[in-house]
Amino acid sequence: MIALSDYLILGAILFSLSIAGIFINRKNILILLMCIELMLLAVNMNFIAFSYFLGDTAGQVFVFFVLTVAAAEAAIGLAILIVLFRRRRCIDVEALDILKG
Amino acid sequence: MSFEKILFYVFAAILIFAATMVITRRNPVHSALYLVLAFFTSSGLWLLAEAEFLAIVLVLVYVGAVMVLFLFVVMMLDIDLATLRTGMARYLPVGLIVAAVMLFELILIVGPAHFGLDKYAAPVRHAADYNNTAELGSVLYTQYMYPFEIAAVILLVAIIAAISLTLRRRPNTKHQDPTKQVLVKKADRLKVIKMDSEEKMELK
Repeated sequence: MIALSDYLILGAILFSLSIAGIFINRKNILILLMCIELMLLAVNMNFIAFSYFLGDTAGQVFVFFVLTVAAAEAAIGLAILIVLFRRRRCIDVEALDILKG
Repeated sequence: MSFEKILFYVFAAILIFAATMVITRRNPVHSALYLVLAFFTSSGLWLLAEAEFLAIVLVLVYVGAVMVLFLFVVMMLDIDLATLRTGMARYLPVGLIVAAVMLFELILIVGPAHFGLDKYAAPVRHAADYNNTAELGSVLYTQYMYPFEIAAVILLVAIIAAISLTLRRRPNTKHQDPTKQVLVKKADRLKVIKMDSEEKMELK
């Protein structure tokens, strides 16, 4: 049978891969957003595995909310990306320093 | 090795392959398509864990809406790919080291020593007439009603924010104003002028 640790290790691998992706693609905001989606997927995988093994539906409800927030985040993130592209003609993270923060 | 376990490992291998491709591809369109593959395979894995409703929602919402949005944006923007990848080789070692250390630590915590089959026995599969959607709905619309409504408000905020961020006004373009068209009166368009009739012309 599939153990709970199998699901959790798969989630851990996905999460580490997306961390590596954020380090590697430091310039491209689009791929950074995709890496964040992958991270949320890894978290959701853990929630679903725990919900299955503990027999509690609350985990799936949380996945539902995470999906909602992730969809909203992707929409707003891409909107900000489009505004940035209109102003600077590139989607380089280094172009985001006009706020001088 | 049971059929379930083979299925799990095949899906997990495809998922890890797809995730690796997402972070290493040069072209953002390829990355987005590999992310679609990752979502499909993880929806298969969620089906194995008896989360049928969320597996379908993942395909419908993520592959059907969010990834299509990503692809639209990738294709709309005219991105110069050459400059975007200049720092890749420089940051690759540090990224790999951080990821490997994190993975090692995570596996120490969530590995078989703490979450193996002897600690958490595999649950009994539900009968064929078990309805995951009804089960989820009975919890979501009673116990989690208030968070559910907040989630709806978050989506509304996201819609308004995305539209107002990307709305572009162009003052010089010509367009029709339907309100003015509907409200127009006969007197605005038609003018009756009094004038003398023409003199009768003599025929030769």
